[in-house]
Amino acid sequence: MRSIDAGYLVLAAILFSIGAFGLLVRRNPLVMLMCVELMLNAVNLTFVAFGMMLGDLAGQVTVLFVLVVAAAEVVVGLGIVVAMARRRPGATADDIRVLRG
Amino acid sequence: MTAVSMFAQTPLLTEQIVAPVVSWPAMIPLAVMALGGLLLLTFASLLGRRVGTPFFTWWTVMTGLIAFATAIPLWAQVQGWDRRVLWWNPENTPAGAFSTVGGAFGVDGFSVLLTMLICLAVPVCALVMAGTSERDGERHVEGPALMILSATGAIVMAGANDLIVLFLGLEVLSLAVYVLAAMNLRRVQSQEAGLKYFVLGAFSSAFFLYGIALVYGGTGSTSLVNITNFLAGNLLLGSSSVLVLLGVALMVAGLAFKVAAVPFHSWSPDVYDGAPTSSVAFMASVVKVAAFAGMVRVLVVGFGTFAADWRPVLQILAVLSLVGGALVALVQTNVKRLLAYSSISHAGFILLGVEAANETGNRAVLVYLVVYTFLVIGSFAVVSIVGRSGDAMHSLDSYRGLGRVAPALAGTFTILLLAQAGVPFTSGFYAKFYAVIAAVDTQSAWLAVVAMLSAVIAAYLYLRLVVAMWFVAPGEQTPKPGIRIPATTGVALVLCVAVTLFIGITPGPLTSVVDEAPPAVVQPPAAQGSELPADLLNLLDGGAGQESLTTDPGSLPSTSGGNP
Repeated sequence: MRSIDAGYLVLAAILFSIGAFGLLVRRNPLVMLMCVELMLNAVNLTFVAFGMMLGDLAGQVTVLFVLVVAAAEVVVGLGIVVAMARRRPGATADDIRVLRG
Repeated sequence: MTAVSMFAQTPLLTEQIVAPVVSWPAMIPLAVMALGGLLLLTFASLLGRRVGTPFFTWWTVMTGLIAFATAIPLWAQVQGWDRRVLWWNPENTPAGAFSTVGGAFGVDGFSVLLTMLICLAVPVCALVMAGTSERDGERHVEGPALMILSATGAIVMAGANDLIVLFLGLEVLSLAVYVLAAMNLRRVQSQEAGLKYFVLGAFSSAFFLYGIALVYGGTGSTSLVNITNFLAGNLLLGSSSVLVLLGVALMVAGLAFKVAAVPFHSWSPDVYDGAPTSSVAFMASVVKVAAFAGMVRVLVVGFGTFAADWRPVLQILAVLSLVGGALVALVQTNVKRLLAYSSISHAGFILLGVEAANETGNRAVLVYLVVYTFLVIGSFAVVSIVGRSGDAMHSLDSYRGLGRVAPALAGTFTILLLAQAGVPFTSGFYAKFYAVIAAVDTQSAWLAVVAMLSAVIAAYLYLRLVVAMWFVAPGEQTPKPGIRIPATTGVALVLCVAVTLFIGITPGPLTSVVDEAPPAVVQPPAAQGSELPADLLNLLDGGAGQESLTTDPGSLPSTSGGNP
């Protein structure tokens, strides 16, 4: 694998880490949703980079599937967030503490 | 070397698009489920107030049973039985396991058996849900419809022969279950459970997907067929082996989250506690079946050659789940949380079977999944009755003296709990028995010892519930005498207890079926890339276009594949 190509993978790994870290530390449900999106798009970048390296179309086709899944995920996530916001406007993840793990 | 040259080298546009080979009969159970869910939503919105819970329940039960019926010929085909049960021309498809849709969907004993199990679990869950909504005077179609759609994803996972298909199945399954968890709009805990499940679930799905991407980079494909071929024919060196190992590790983490194995379990007690009890019955059964199916597909089938690398990880997960689940369950005072921790402990037992990665292990996984599905649905059905309207009465105190107030209900729960503890003459005994055998079989006797010790610990907590029901006077929170058991929930309970006792007394039929159900990865029929123009012409001609894509045009039956 050529070193120049690894740059895309490193960038994707960094984006993925930012998303994962953000999901763990941010408390706003909407920002958490965005972090999930960032993680999925980092994976998309990985797929495209590998697809280019391998000279294989499948990596890029996969991105289309992941995009659809990501959109569906946002729909469901926003639905749940809206349902909560109706009950308690301005709620953050810190307010979600009736259940303790 | 520059970035530009990388783009110039790839001959992307010159590649020929290969039409996938599709065996439509293999897709029928899946299609029945998907259509059943969509049509149910359509009818419910068209008919409005004229239909209610009885119709939704009837529809869900029928969808599950029809999908089950259409899976039977597939089983016959895989086993090479008398071909008269097949309604399609069997000459085009040789007996035995096969893969279809260009090798992306596998039809083997493992996938067909789990498809059947999922198709049976959906009606039972629908009956439990019907009882709850009837009692609470709710009328919502979303519950049954989401259950059917979620089961569709579960069936996809059971048969996935491609990592991307597995991911799509996982998402179809999960997205529906997130909503099921958040469905009770009157209880704030329910929405919290939904949000928590969603955030952590999406987190783990992203890790799973990243694992797929790394495996793709290391092996050059996401198809399990190509991956096994690649791993069998190549010695991975340097960065490739790092990529594959890292990818497998991330996929294990994603799947371990779905089965709630211990370091990844923290969501499960909260979600089980907050979500509506009838949804939990579905979550604990079908979601776990599908996640373990995916785990077996990825680890045992796809990366069996890496077993020496992933086996220690699974052993650690199994030990932590077995001991952690059982120990933490001891101090719970909420029965739903208690059952959540006990299901974590059950997941540990199933992990023993996955870890073995051989025939004995496969038998352990399948027997445990079949047994556990009915045990857990039955247990949560009881909890949904005792929890009463509003899903509020789940403390241990609610079960005090239940044996005097409602002997039938307490008796049912006792049987199910004893089965979960693994008492002989119940199905749970054989489930644990085969799991321990699988651990012994792979020279890891210490795992078997840990499993048996944790079974003893877990037995104490089940007995604590049994004692509370039968040997303690009823308390304030105990249901009043004459607590009504909704008819549909009653039917579900009778079914679950019947299965539990039947398997417990005569395990022969189950084990003989399970032994015929090994997971397999099968090469798809030869790809038809070179014949693309002919296929396209056929497609443009209309008529039997789809059929001619599936098989050699010369040997086609004259009818276009319809039913007799």
